[in-house]
Amino acid sequence: MFHVNMMTLRGLWWIGLALLIGGCQRETQVQRANREKILLVGNSSEPKALDLQLVTSVVENKVLSSLFEGLVADHPTSDKEMVPGVAVKWEHNDDYTQWVFHLRQDAKWSDGEALTAHDFSFAYHRMLHPDFPSPYCEMLYFIKNAKEYKLGELKDFSEVGVKVIDDYTLELNMKEPVPYLPGVTRHYSWFPVPKHAVLSYGKMTDQFTPWTEVGKLVCNGPFVLKSWRLNDHIEVAKNPLYWDAAKVKLNGIRFLPVENAYTEARAFLAGQLHTTYKVPVDLIPYMQKNHPQYLKMEPYIGSQFLRTNINRPGLSDVRVRKALSLAIDGAELCKTILRGYEPATSFSPNLGDFRPEPVLGFDPEKARQLLAEAGYPGGEGFPRYSILISGGGSRSLPEAIQAMWKKHLNISVDIRSMDFASYIDTQNKLDYDISVAGWIGDYLDPTTFLLMWTKGNGNNNTGWHSEEYERLLGEAAHSADPAQRLRKFEQAEKLLMEERPILPFAWQTRNYLHHTSVKGWHPLLLDNHPWKEVYLEETE
Amino acid sequence: MLRVLFHRLLQGFVVLIVLFTITFFLCRALPGGPYVSEKEIPAHVKELMMKRDGYDQPVHKQYLMRLKNLLQGDAGLSTRLSGRPVNDVIAQSFPVSFQLGLISMFVALAVGVPSGVIASWKKNMDVDFIVMAVAMIGLCLPSFVVGPIVGELIGRKWQLLPAMGWDAFDPATWLLPMLVLGMVYAAYLARLTRTGMLDVLSQDFVRTALAKGVPMRRILIKHCLRGGLVPAAAYLGPAFAGIISGSLVIELVFQIPGLGRHFIKAIETNDVNVIMGIVLFYGGLVVLGNIISDFLILWLNPRARAQS
Repeated sequence: MFHVNMMTLRGLWWIGLALLIGGCQRETQVQRANREKILLVGNSSEPKALDLQLVTSVVENKVLSSLFEGLVADHPTSDKEMVPGVAVKWEHNDDYTQWVFHLRQDAKWSDGEALTAHDFSFAYHRMLHPDFPSPYCEMLYFIKNAKEYKLGELKDFSEVGVKVIDDYTLELNMKEPVPYLPGVTRHYSWFPVPKHAVLSYGKMTDQFTPWTEVGKLVCNGPFVLKSWRLNDHIEVAKNPLYWDAAKVKLNGIRFLPVENAYTEARAFLAGQLHTTYKVPVDLIPYMQKNHPQYLKMEPYIGSQFLRTNINRPGLSDVRVRKALSLAIDGAELCKTILRGYEPATSFSPNLGDFRPEPVLGFDPEKARQLLAEAGYPGGEGFPRYSILISGGGSRSLPEAIQAMWKKHLNISVDIRSMDFASYIDTQNKLDYDISVAGWIGDYLDPTTFLLMWTKGNGNNNTGWHSEEYERLLGEAAHSADPAQRLRKFEQAEKLLMEERPILPFAWQTRNYLHHTSVKGWHPLLLDNHPWKEVYLEETE
Repeated sequence: MLRVLFHRLLQGFVVLIVLFTITFFLCRALPGGPYVSEKEIPAHVKELMMKRDGYDQPVHKQYLMRLKNLLQGDAGLSTRLSGRPVNDVIAQSFPVSFQLGLISMFVALAVGVPSGVIASWKKNMDVDFIVMAVAMIGLCLPSFVVGPIVGELIGRKWQLLPAMGWDAFDPATWLLPMLVLGMVYAAYLARLTRTGMLDVLSQDFVRTALAKGVPMRRILIKHCLRGGLVPAAAYLGPAFAGIISGSLVIELVFQIPGLGRHFIKAIETNDVNVIMGIVLFYGGLVVLGNIISDFLILWLNPRARAQS
């Protein structure tokens, strides 16, 4: 017989009880973080790197915007308003082709070195250097001769429109009028890079040198890098040498790369996070019912659409593309699947004074008529196409579209799911029929949405291009009158929607969970909340 | 004994070279390439990256270059985590997976082996049915079902333990992943132990011992356990290598910075060096685990010793 020792049993019981009580009494991580003024941020996935010229995504942006600051900074409550960052003021010539930024003299790197216009010039030189593989270099192609230098057509960087007038004055010459330049410089691709720190580990074009490691990273933002553990966390701590350090209210931020949205939501509700990166769509009704105070659904600068491969028979006919578009009930999709999203009435969302004409809508009657005109009455004889989706994406969206087309047009389509790399590759090779896609703008100007549909653009992938469209974009680009410029873009947008190589159905919303103790955080289209304005206040 | 060891090590080395070759060519067959991005990377930048990472070289050169580097202990740089050495990726995440695996295995052994012994002893009685039914449920319920349920109840609802996160020095963060991961292995071990024990219990010497009046407990522990554990021990080697090399599901559900997530991400993003590094690392562990479990069986089973 097995005789369980009573002492052992009693011991186990006490350990269990101690664990339970310990667990119950412990303050949550959020409560402790509130006390310590550390913001706990869910940040989706591990950043590729912290060298701001080697990365492209939002997860890196979140971290980098706490470590670095550009010429112009983000405003806590307004997307349009520009607040001084490293530059105290800026001016432009009449046609917006030349901008002069006057830098503050009290800006310092976190190692105490002075931050000068040379650091900006160095950053742009490095980003545009023909031997440096910076994936976001095109963000700087507004600058005169930037592209030519990057492609090696020009050998001398002094011919590129970046000029250091003196230590605290930077002149930027554009290839065309760029009235929205200050807004663009808020993007991390325009941030300065510590010349002295980068060069102390190698040449300008050397990659993967240790300059971004913990203890070595020199930065100029409100925070400095404190610790970094792969797939676990990146923690930043207040930078005492930041010029506006007195205004920084947090002692630090901890970014957690929580990939699984359900894990993230669970952790949030268990008091382990202040703010999440996203919230699973199927949890939204639960949150609305039980925890409405935590749920945020804010407009975002993003569009959801279907790409069509216009080289496919049938899809080459604009009437067919329009019919497919008209048979998608965007409102229904936004109500049931894309909760919180707004039905799209054009591809680009409204951006300040840029108001694209609302042309899209749900009209099954007209859709059927167009399809019949195109030679497929009642869907008869329509080729069996497939909707390409990325494996990680939800199937409910393409299934709903599939059902709508079947119901309203009597055409059948399949769903083809691929891993992300193949999904992108297949579109690049135009080896697909229709694909589900999304686009997030980088800055608040229609160019971030419209330039991608030009001929040969790596993000176009529809086979569509139009000389008229590119003429309109060109005219807009050369227009020095901001209002007239936007009107041209509106015309280009209208033409794009007339031709409809893409079938937009929703404008994105950023849905996430946010703790009530976080203050100084407001809805922003670009979702760039200036970290220095954020503070924590115990509320419950 | 030494000869056996040498022989096994040599075999292991050949296995690893074959593994390297197969993985290398499978990676090449992956669609997409390592520079796929939501926003297209400009063509000339992509070219620079390919040159940097050696993808512009002919295949045989790439193969030899990687092999040479690996033999020197350098697994190269990750492309997904811009330039981070693969050795660093493994060095940061393996200790986490190892610790989690070790404690989960401990749970599995502590629960699985005694359950199996009890079930075999009480064969075809209620206790046997209950233990085996629980083990069956444990095997059939995947951790992506159990994990979130446990996380939701204990982590979120009752807030007894953290719903996510990992701290090497905070046992509270170990408990949930340890239980969920250990349970599956415990179930397996229970079934294997029961089978092995039943095999031994049906032998003549057990009957003799019973006839002599040796107490059952003594027969089980002293006479049968060693022989009855052979199937479990054979399973333990590869299982241990598997459990310490990371579990994607557990790591995602409980947000643990282990090896499993890197591996899957690397495959998704065509990060060849990381794939190769982890596959070979894992391969090495399996080879090692098998050698250890072979020796464990030799120790447990005198007949096998005689044969070798």
